[in-house]
Amino acid sequence: MRHILSVLVNDQPRVLARVANLLGRRNFNIESISVGESEEPGLSRMVIVTNGDERTMEQVQKQLHKLIDVIKIQDLNEHSAVERELLLIKVGAGPATRMEVSGIVEPFRASVVDVGPHSLMVQATGERSKLDALIELLRPYGIKEVARTGVTALPRGTAKTPVPAGS
Amino acid sequence: MAQRLAMPVKEKTQTGQSHQEFTGSEILLRCLIEEGVEVVFGYPGGAVLPIYDSLYHGALKHLLARHEQGAIHAADGYARATGKAGVVIATSGPGATNLVTGIANAQMDSIPLVCITGNVAQHLIGTDAFQEADITGITMPITKHSYLVTDVKDLPRVVKESFYIATSGRPGPVLIDIPKDVSNARAAYRYPDRVHIRGYQPKTDPHPLQVNRLHQAIREAEKPLILAGGGVVTSGAEKELIAFAEKAHIPVTTTLMGLGGFPGQHPLWLGMPGMHGTYAANNALLECDLLIGIGARFDDRVTMGRLDKFATGAKIVHIDIDPAEIGKNVDTYIPLVGDVKQSLSAALDTVPRAHSDIWVERVQTWFREKPFTFRDSDEVLKPQWVIRHLYESTGGDAVVTTDVGQHQMWVAQYFPFARPRSFITSGGLGTMGFGFPAALGAQLAHPDATVISVTGDGGFQMTSQELAVASLANIPVKVAVINNQCLGMVRQWQEVFYKKRYSEVDLADSPDFVKLAESYGVKAWKAENKEEAARVWSEALSHPGPAVVDFRVAPEENVYPMVAPGSGLDEMIMGEEDE
Repeated sequence: MRHILSVLVNDQPRVLARVANLLGRRNFNIESISVGESEEPGLSRMVIVTNGDERTMEQVQKQLHKLIDVIKIQDLNEHSAVERELLLIKVGAGPATRMEVSGIVEPFRASVVDVGPHSLMVQATGERSKLDALIELLRPYGIKEVARTGVTALPRGTAKTPVPAGS
Repeated sequence: MAQRLAMPVKEKTQTGQSHQEFTGSEILLRCLIEEGVEVVFGYPGGAVLPIYDSLYHGALKHLLARHEQGAIHAADGYARATGKAGVVIATSGPGATNLVTGIANAQMDSIPLVCITGNVAQHLIGTDAFQEADITGITMPITKHSYLVTDVKDLPRVVKESFYIATSGRPGPVLIDIPKDVSNARAAYRYPDRVHIRGYQPKTDPHPLQVNRLHQAIREAEKPLILAGGGVVTSGAEKELIAFAEKAHIPVTTTLMGLGGFPGQHPLWLGMPGMHGTYAANNALLECDLLIGIGARFDDRVTMGRLDKFATGAKIVHIDIDPAEIGKNVDTYIPLVGDVKQSLSAALDTVPRAHSDIWVERVQTWFREKPFTFRDSDEVLKPQWVIRHLYESTGGDAVVTTDVGQHQMWVAQYFPFARPRSFITSGGLGTMGFGFPAALGAQLAHPDATVISVTGDGGFQMTSQELAVASLANIPVKVAVINNQCLGMVRQWQEVFYKKRYSEVDLADSPDFVKLAESYGVKAWKAENKEEAARVWSEALSHPGPAVVDFRVAPEENVYPMVAPGSGLDEMIMGEEDE
């Protein structure tokens, strides 16, 4: 089962390497990792998308907790959470097809952020499945380049106060 | 130099504070002394020149190994013998990478080490400078934690945290990488008196609810068994374990790392379980209805990786300070996260006595009637006889170290350890060449103890250069080389699983170990039969300095019983009976 882990870590050099190294060495699957500043100075929030059964997920959390730089872990599957990813995609589009592409993009609330003589760059945010769908619709025009940030997520305000996984 | 001498390291101000500035190296040295470090093991080089310059005072005893691997194994042996953190210093690049095996060895067996490496100056880091290696990156998977110190002002906190992390919770090795410019930079010195690490607060006291559940499980059990591991030794819980086992009337099997954690002379002891374990221990694991794992991690040399055949009828209780160990290898019915000593103490007062009389009698009969066996000989020396003789000649009052392989298993089988920390072995990593330098460290920790390094002709050659240290520092370790002229355990596997296709296991062209030892100024003997063995071993024991005895043993001897990999504990290949 797919799980999204929100991991609060010390904003230290190599902390990403420590986490990625651990997940790799223990043979845990990583779909994506995104990392950035958190609400607290000195701490970063890592959002890790991983796959595994209950036993594996328990091990992932416990092993992550052993890292000195890991402060707190939440499994967002246990909460109602907002999950987003940013997609930038460059598709082939000349003067004849620009309007067509724009038409596809619009219902996704995506936007055209760059126009070249033979291509368009589209920016979209949303859940992973939505971005996958957009990519499929754009594929016939010729996908030149794709960049995705990986998932980031937060529990919803209606969710119960999250309990640290280790306690 | 004048300024350095003007501030002797041992002098301390009342408050521990000083406005005077010191170099990073001097600060490091002060921190080590503040931590109560008695001896450091190491090897100098370019990036640690400032550190070695600060050692010039002799304020801290330093043992110069002949290879960094020897230094770190010695520090490890010291740590295992004392429970304190072992400290090792190595230079950047090759010095640091030579520590890697030793760090992994300590990590696998949860041994507290503080490993200090020099690195190139910070402006050179990342430039592939001379003797540069990314040692924090290299050791990331094999350390409990690591630091690359970028500011001399951080050094006291980093050292304080390193010792705390290394020795608390589930212990392990911590690496401190210090670039040369940090060693040379100056700062005021103040050693922090406490540690607060937000992401590291090991839980040591067990949950009372789980203790109650443990009691209930014992009350209901008819065939309970304790599987005691290295955690018992680490937490110093031997007294609590004896009291607990006796009060609850539960037999005890001790893993390789747990040997000595429960006395090998105790009537409730069943010996070691697993691949080369006793019939009694393995059968007890198969048949028990309650299995209490205490500071043991259910590794594949115990379970054989065949969980479908491991304690299948048992409720499993797991007491461990590391929550990640619980549920890692076996499903746990009652998890008890906490320090072993505290957990057993908490459980001891009101622990019920199990209805285990019939069971205990049964397993004791197994233990009595199916001991380890070998066919003894008066013509050739049998390795099992040698180990038993080491035990009998010392009355078991010795600290014994080993590498990995046949000699290690024979020690585990034929030397029943009575005390914790008297058996020092490379358990998890299985490192050849560990035992001899580890014995040097153990002997420094216990100068008056009889310290025996039981090694093989293969393993001894991996770190025999440390004979120089034994000789020069007159460290009276007794080396017992179980010399079967081959790489015994590999040969055994090739015999049993590869149709006797012996591939690269012949060590018959090894040097004469007597001459080798003598060239280092170490007294040495050779023995080819029992009579010689008894005589020269006695001489070696009474010799005041280091000694080597080359026991020429029967090369074809195998370690039995044996459970083949992929088999369950119910498929033991038993050894030959004595005629």
